[in-house]
Amino acid sequence: MVSGLINANPVVYEKKERQVRSIATIPDEYAVEPIDQQEIFDHIRDIKDPEHPYSLEELKVITEDAIEVDNERSYVRVTFTPTVEHCSMATVIGLCLRVKLMRSLPSRYKMDIRVAPGTHATEAAVNKQLNDKERVAAALENPNLLDMVDECLAPSYG
Amino acid sequence: MAETSQLIQHIESFVDSSHSPGQQAASLEAIASLLKNDQLTIETLVREMEGYLTTTDNIIRARGILLLGEVLVHLASKPLDDAPIHSLIGFFMDRLADWRALRGALVGCLALMRRKSSGGMVSGNDAKAVAESYLQNLQVQSLGQYERKLCFELLESLLERYPNAVASLGDNLIYGICEAVDGEKDPHCLMLTFHIIEVLSRLFPDPCGPLASFAHDLFEILGCYFPIHFTHPKVEDANVKRDDLAKALMLAFSSTPLFEPFAIPLLLEKLSSSLPSAKVDSLRYLSDCTVKYGVDRMAKHGEAIWSSLKDAVFTSVDSVLSFNPESLEGLDLPENEIAAEALSLLQKLIVQNTKMFLDLIVGDEDIKMIFNMISSYETYHEIPPQSKQRLHAVGRILSTSAKASTLSCNRVFECFFSQLMNILGLSVRNSSGHPSSDEGILISKRCNHGALYLSIELLSACRDLVASSETIPAASAHTEETWKYLLQNFSPSLTMAFCSAFICTSEDTHNADMYFGVKGLLILATFPGGYFLIPKTVFERILVTFVSIVNVDYSNTLLWKLALKALVQIGLFIERYHESEKELSYLGIVVERIVSLASVDDFSMPFTLRVEALLEIGTSGQSYMLKVVQGLEGTIYANLSKVHGSTNSAEIVTQLLKCYSNKVIPWICCAKGLEDVLLHFAINIWNQIENSMVFHATQTKERGVLDVMMKAMKLAVASCSVEKQNIIVQKSYSILSSSTSFPLKELFLQEGFQIAQVVDDSSIRDEWILSLFAAVIIAVHPRTHIPNIRPMLYLFMITLLKGNVAAAQALGSMVNKLGSGGQTSSDCTLEEAMDIILNSSLWIFHNDRSPDIQAKMTVVHDISCTSLQIHAIVGLAWIGKGLLMRGHEKVKDMTMIFLQCLQPSGVADISHQEKSVSENSYELDLHHSVMKSAADAFQILMGDSELCLNRDFHAVIRPLYKQRFFSTMMPLLQSLVMKSEPLSRPFLFRASAHIIMDTPLIVVLSDTKKIIPMLLDGLSALSNDILDKDVIYGLLLVLSGILMDKNGQKAVSDSAHTIVNCLIDLIQYPHMMLVRETAIQCLVAVSGLSHARIYPMRMQVLRAIIKALDDPKRAVRQEAVRCRQAWASIASRSLHS
Repeated sequence: MVSGLINANPVVYEKKERQVRSIATIPDEYAVEPIDQQEIFDHIRDIKDPEHPYSLEELKVITEDAIEVDNERSYVRVTFTPTVEHCSMATVIGLCLRVKLMRSLPSRYKMDIRVAPGTHATEAAVNKQLNDKERVAAALENPNLLDMVDECLAPSYG
Repeated sequence: MAETSQLIQHIESFVDSSHSPGQQAASLEAIASLLKNDQLTIETLVREMEGYLTTTDNIIRARGILLLGEVLVHLASKPLDDAPIHSLIGFFMDRLADWRALRGALVGCLALMRRKSSGGMVSGNDAKAVAESYLQNLQVQSLGQYERKLCFELLESLLERYPNAVASLGDNLIYGICEAVDGEKDPHCLMLTFHIIEVLSRLFPDPCGPLASFAHDLFEILGCYFPIHFTHPKVEDANVKRDDLAKALMLAFSSTPLFEPFAIPLLLEKLSSSLPSAKVDSLRYLSDCTVKYGVDRMAKHGEAIWSSLKDAVFTSVDSVLSFNPESLEGLDLPENEIAAEALSLLQKLIVQNTKMFLDLIVGDEDIKMIFNMISSYETYHEIPPQSKQRLHAVGRILSTSAKASTLSCNRVFECFFSQLMNILGLSVRNSSGHPSSDEGILISKRCNHGALYLSIELLSACRDLVASSETIPAASAHTEETWKYLLQNFSPSLTMAFCSAFICTSEDTHNADMYFGVKGLLILATFPGGYFLIPKTVFERILVTFVSIVNVDYSNTLLWKLALKALVQIGLFIERYHESEKELSYLGIVVERIVSLASVDDFSMPFTLRVEALLEIGTSGQSYMLKVVQGLEGTIYANLSKVHGSTNSAEIVTQLLKCYSNKVIPWICCAKGLEDVLLHFAINIWNQIENSMVFHATQTKERGVLDVMMKAMKLAVASCSVEKQNIIVQKSYSILSSSTSFPLKELFLQEGFQIAQVVDDSSIRDEWILSLFAAVIIAVHPRTHIPNIRPMLYLFMITLLKGNVAAAQALGSMVNKLGSGGQTSSDCTLEEAMDIILNSSLWIFHNDRSPDIQAKMTVVHDISCTSLQIHAIVGLAWIGKGLLMRGHEKVKDMTMIFLQCLQPSGVADISHQEKSVSENSYELDLHHSVMKSAADAFQILMGDSELCLNRDFHAVIRPLYKQRFFSTMMPLLQSLVMKSEPLSRPFLFRASAHIIMDTPLIVVLSDTKKIIPMLLDGLSALSNDILDKDVIYGLLLVLSGILMDKNGQKAVSDSAHTIVNCLIDLIQYPHMMLVRETAIQCLVAVSGLSHARIYPMRMQVLRAIIKALDDPKRAVRQEAVRCRQAWASIASRSLHS
């Protein structure tokens, strides 16, 4: 383990204004509101960075545009951008995203969590690790890792 | 002897430091009360204490002296002789030298110093001696905080109470004080030191006296505290706020003119600081010092002050002008503290030394530059922001200077006004000679906005000056004042300029055009003093301009709003200053024209705007409101006669009546003394109804008219006094009996009357009249006399059976108020009325009465038997509500009827009848609707209604009636549910749900254990029918209320399992999103119950919640995520197992 912080001084961006969804004047009781980009983003924007007291949104690790969702085909892809290329926290961040979405989305969904192309030194390895069911399950068996994930997720259950 | 030993014991216990503070205080109290009751003299006490006061043990001596001091504090109001006072002060004075026992000595001195003259005071010589001893012995800054505070308090009372005695100490005293206060940091002590310096300065006012030589040193001590920078972490603890300190320091600063050479430079230096609070403080201090130091001393700083002040205003004024209608009167710039303080300082300076400061302002280069600048920009929005800021600053400065005094106003007008007029291209010629020749010609080119802005500022300043001065210019003797001369000469051409500002319809019309134009005209129109300053022609021209905007330019929203607002302001101004001449013009030009808007049949102008204009003008004054109301009523009556046939008229009447009941009636109620208006309104409506005979079929539009008319009638009647209500009731009753076909006479004569025998041939018109009469009855006070109650009861009973709810509500109001207003001459008591009602309605539900009557009813009214029963139930429910609210026991009979309808046996009766009356194949269905309405009767009983039986309509309301009904009905319903058949069970649940929902939550909470099973059964029984969804939601809200409450949680803990099962079912409730959302929220609340109770349900809940994650509605999914987390974290790390 490297001692000290990996990115000691990250750039902190402003939070985006929470969008208020326009509510129809006469709400239709039976209309379906499909799961969309913004809803997914609302689920994950407040996840805390593993080594800083800032949210992933503030560090621009995730943005709304980096989320692809197809409600019909039950598919979601989140592309995140680590703050530095050699960030060893990338896997933890990816794991947090995966766990949070697993807990928030219906079970029919298939999730694809990726590092944005060209933003990480070991991109392929990280992607492989994050999308391997067995390895994710194994990671969550590890009590220390799970505690860490839970701590990062805590603010997102506001 | 016993007393002495007791005394010794008390002294011992105080002096002994091993006793608790409580005990010490108690013994102190005991000794003090002995002295107060004269059981002990002060001499005896001192003699007894001698040992403690003189011992060499420092601790005991300190405690002893403190005891004596504290005792004296307690004796503050007890008269004492001079001799003991003299010897005591002598003792304490000596003890000031004893630093180990200082606190007691200080407390003692202070207690003696603060004595009132009535009870014996310390003599002047003694006080002087104390001061000497103080100065000689005390090193204040080396003491602790509490002792320092005592020292300062002692010094303060010496200076305040014995000024002459201590003043003789001269230099010595001042030096001593300098030494004592130097370096103080505690806020409490600082408050005292600032005050001490203030008092000290008052003591030596002589400019060549002893203070003069110390002024520099003293100010050096004071100056370092400015500006107060207060960083005490907990403001509440300190009790001293920054503002208090700043204020105290300010008083110290301004206490003597001797500080002037030091204070003013310091303040000017801090004024240039970048800290806003320092700026504000400097400006405040400068204001205070200006007043206190006097003209001569301030004069030498004039230029320096002016330049710093100008900078402060220039940099702090906002650069964005608001063009809202709201800012027409008042500030159009946001309030800025620095600018406000700077301008108030400027005003003080100008008042003090008008000539010098106006010379500075007139000769100022910056202001000249701005004047040059404005002529180079034509429109306001072309001016760059920074220049705008400077322009506003100049505007504020000029306006403040003009406002300061008449003299300054003259000077400012002389120098700047004519300059502005030149820029605007206006000349005097328009007003002199023949004003009419140029009147029609508008200034074709656009006016210079900057100049317009500045002239508006100047005009409004001198208007305020006139308004604030006591003597309103009445005679021509004042004409020599320049500004008035200028104003009189320029006002017509200025009016032109302002008018043309918004009339010029060039393609790039800007908000500024309209705003400046309207504001300028408004200011010209609101100059006080009759037509002296502003000629009548000008004033009327302004009014005509505004009115024509309101009449024509409604498509231009901003201009329209501005003009209307300006008219309202003018109206308010006329009211405030009692300008009788102007009022005539206003009434003639504005009010009449606007009122006529209501009646004009020209539909080019939107109706809502017309109504808005009417109301706005009305609210500007009582006399105008009366006119407006007249106009409004006139239009209502005129259209009322046309309602039947013209949908347009119906629309107009509906709108006007709505506006009448929503706006006019509340305003009249607030205004006081205008009750007659409402009386006339009600009477006139009745007259109109009486006269208009043409009524066609009830269309929906007309139904709407009736509803709003009933509402207006109710409100109007409810706001009248009892006497006036009597008049209205009489009037309406006479119309009801004379011009309708209702057989009132027969009703009155017949004793053993049967409702069903009445052959009903009432027309639509009759129905209108009856409904309106019902509205009157609903709104009257209990003391109001209602004639011929008996036939009224019958009449209402008949109509309610036809489905007229208003009649039922009127009956409810009648039984609610009958006999409770102290009226004795009533021709019918409540008991009799109830007998009539019950006897004449119960037959509907009994099968032993002849069915042919029913048959007759159904034939006559052309309605089915079922709807007859439903109408009867609704009627009885309103009557029952009236009884329930006054707490009458007959309500039980009512509820028994409803319960009977809910039970199979009751239904059996009815179904039997139905078979015999009409071979109806929808039998089961019909039962349902009757039973349902019986269940809904409980909603009427318990719910709060806006239509009748509330406080506004003078209902008799017994406290806690809901609670009482709840606790009697719930056990009954519970036992009925036990015995009930499946058919009637849902309706019993529905009935009890209505009761639970409308009972205050706190009552339900106290009875949770018993209610919960009923509530849960209700939830599951009602969840099948879509029609019950509102009931389900209501019940869920009650459940969530229980779950959120601490006591409620305890009570439901045992039934957690059932609750969870019930909630899990509701998560899938398809008909209402709110139900699903609330159910999930309830589940989150359940997860807070005791771990042992809920743990077994965990997996079951999680499985159910996962389904909710895929809910069609977003809000539900969001709650589901939260709920899943809450339940999953009950056992952490098991989410993925």
